[in-house]
Amino acid sequence: MSALHIKKGSTRHSAYNLRPTFSDVQERHTIAVLVENEPGVLARVIGLFSGRGYNIESLTVAEVDHTGHLSRITIVTTGTPQVIEQIKAQLGRIVTVHDVHDLTVEGPSVERELAIIKVVGEGDKRVEALRLADIFRANVVDSTLNSFIFEITGAPDKIDAFADLMRPLGLIEVARTGVAALLRGD
Amino acid sequence: MTREMTGAKMVVQALKDQGVDTVFGYPGGAVLPIYDEIFLQNDIRHILVRHEQGAVHAAEGYARATGKPGVALVTSGPGATNAVTGLTDALMDSIPIVVLTGQVPTFMIGSDAFQEADTVGITRPCTKHNWLVKDTDSLPGTMHEAFHVATSGRPGPVLIDIPKDVQFASGTYSAPKPSTSHYQPVLKGDLEEITELVAAMETAKKPVFYTGGGVINSGPAASHLLRELVDATGFPITSTLMGLGAYPASGKNWLGMLGMHGLYEANLAMHDCDLMINIGARFDDRITGRVDAFSPNSKKAHVDIDPSSINKVIRVDIPIVGDVAHVLEDILKVWKSRGRKTDAAAVKSWQAQISEWRKVNCLAFTASEKTIKPQHALQRLEELTKNHDRYICTEVGQHQMWAAQYLGFEDPNRWMTSGGLGTMGYGFPASIGVQMAHPDALVINVAGEASWLMNMQEMGTAVQYRLPVKQFILNNERLGMVRQWQELLHGERYSHSWSEALPDFVKLAEAFGAKGILCSDPADLDDAIMEMINYDGPVIFDCLVEKHENCFPMIPSGKAHNEMLLGEAETQGVIDSKGSVLV
Repeated sequence: MSALHIKKGSTRHSAYNLRPTFSDVQERHTIAVLVENEPGVLARVIGLFSGRGYNIESLTVAEVDHTGHLSRITIVTTGTPQVIEQIKAQLGRIVTVHDVHDLTVEGPSVERELAIIKVVGEGDKRVEALRLADIFRANVVDSTLNSFIFEITGAPDKIDAFADLMRPLGLIEVARTGVAALLRGD
Repeated sequence: MTREMTGAKMVVQALKDQGVDTVFGYPGGAVLPIYDEIFLQNDIRHILVRHEQGAVHAAEGYARATGKPGVALVTSGPGATNAVTGLTDALMDSIPIVVLTGQVPTFMIGSDAFQEADTVGITRPCTKHNWLVKDTDSLPGTMHEAFHVATSGRPGPVLIDIPKDVQFASGTYSAPKPSTSHYQPVLKGDLEEITELVAAMETAKKPVFYTGGGVINSGPAASHLLRELVDATGFPITSTLMGLGAYPASGKNWLGMLGMHGLYEANLAMHDCDLMINIGARFDDRITGRVDAFSPNSKKAHVDIDPSSINKVIRVDIPIVGDVAHVLEDILKVWKSRGRKTDAAAVKSWQAQISEWRKVNCLAFTASEKTIKPQHALQRLEELTKNHDRYICTEVGQHQMWAAQYLGFEDPNRWMTSGGLGTMGYGFPASIGVQMAHPDALVINVAGEASWLMNMQEMGTAVQYRLPVKQFILNNERLGMVRQWQELLHGERYSHSWSEALPDFVKLAEAFGAKGILCSDPADLDDAIMEMINYDGPVIFDCLVEKHENCFPMIPSGKAHNEMLLGEAETQGVIDSKGSVLV
């Protein structure tokens, strides 16, 4: 349990004992939420974010424990330290939420995202796209005489960088999965 | 014990097994099987309201006056959407209620069927939790879990949406067992934090208890322990609107209510204190005023069962997550075991300072022999009813604040008012719920005429069930609080804040078969109030009061506790443009 996680029954470690004041600094946090996989649970989480005006940069969800009917929602969000603490506390009070982990605080963590990117072009641009894909360890998963679809996995920054490079080379479409993340170690 | 029965019968059986004796509801197509089961039994009393909003507020009133969850039963579609205001109200004020809604049959969901609405979707943000029950076998478990969720941790409204085919189908009923669900809020506070708070109490020179609805919600033990702690330490205590009655108004350490229309001495004590002990309150914006000027020099402790209340608005130094009664018990234990220490000399001079503030007499008003001042009406009501077994409800507005200021509450669960949502139309149906719970008590709804008209249809309910609820309407023919803000903030342009077509309330009462009393002369007031009290049945008391009276004291929007206005003379240009965007 993180030093900044408000545990039910004890808030010895509320963030604001550790921080001088309500700071205005915007922080980016990756939060993993373990929820009961019941109808509407994603709507509850998303409704909480829209209703209270919090940001969602990325959100992924899938069942991770079939027998326990648990799904894991990974949310990347930004906000001041106070807002981040509120987000975690508000998530924690949803009746079907089992656990909330702030991976950014509890870290270090591994973050991965998968993207598939379609690039259309001919001649030198096509060759350059293929060469860059190799450098980024992106795989070609579909090809025609004038297009590629690349599959790339990595931290969001890496995918951003790859997409930026592909843009002048004929990038026409991107599909991204959003971030999945786990704490490192045991 | 398990038994085969229909879903509809399960609903009624589960209510009985949960100890429910009263249900407020309104039938419709999608709940007919449940109504059929209600018809066939005598254990649960069903109160037919006249509008579903009334059912939910009545359930809230019942819950607040008993500490037990209130139950409402309404049909699909419009029945469910009419319940939304009551659900939101209960969510804001943390009131445990269970609302059952009918739904179109499962095979028609999503087809835009007659009286279909996405009830769980619509009510998701205004319930603590909700369920759509898709098969009959899961209905009993859901019913029992709903009561567990509504009443555990921070209480709140829950809703169960039950499609009509689920009500007709048969399944296996099981009686309630202790909940095994994941949702089990922790009740005990952290001892390390509690000890830190006790240490702060031992050395505090200017301490103040700031208590809220959480004390009431925690149950009678919490109020009892609070009284013990306050009287043993001698620390002054103030309360939010929601917490009135937890500490008796006649208690020697009582400061009165705090906040926007709170008492001068209470707000100044909050501003100047060096230790603020928040017990079951949530630093609502009606309480804090300007946040960055809120009690600037105090150490703050906050006891709350909801971790999300901690540090939401005000940064606190000693956060304690737990149930108020459990935490108070531990505070008392630790404080006693460490030798019952306080800085008695400092607290004595702090109390002396407070007594100086009290001399300002912030609730003074200019009485009149010609017109009834609303404050005077409430003073007389207090005087003539305080020795009764009395419950007070209110609507929302000036009358609500005056009631909080001028009526004294000696016990918890005696004061039902819409605090968080500020729902006009709350008080009358709530009074019906309270009277159902306490048939022999004197139940008074202090109302404004505008609020009261919002749910006046419930006169039918009051008369049908012979509920002797007293509707004490302070009639100024204005939306008084709106008018007050227009005067202070909008250049006295009274845009749509009065009604030119008010009913004759006496005739209205008579039309429903109730009693109406009109009073406009201060000289007649006592007799008229006595007539109201002594009448064995519902009464509409139309008290014609001064039309332009403003509610003071007042902390204007965007101002701090020590910038409060005490009367008319101080109101010119007090709210700046920054403050005027606040509500």
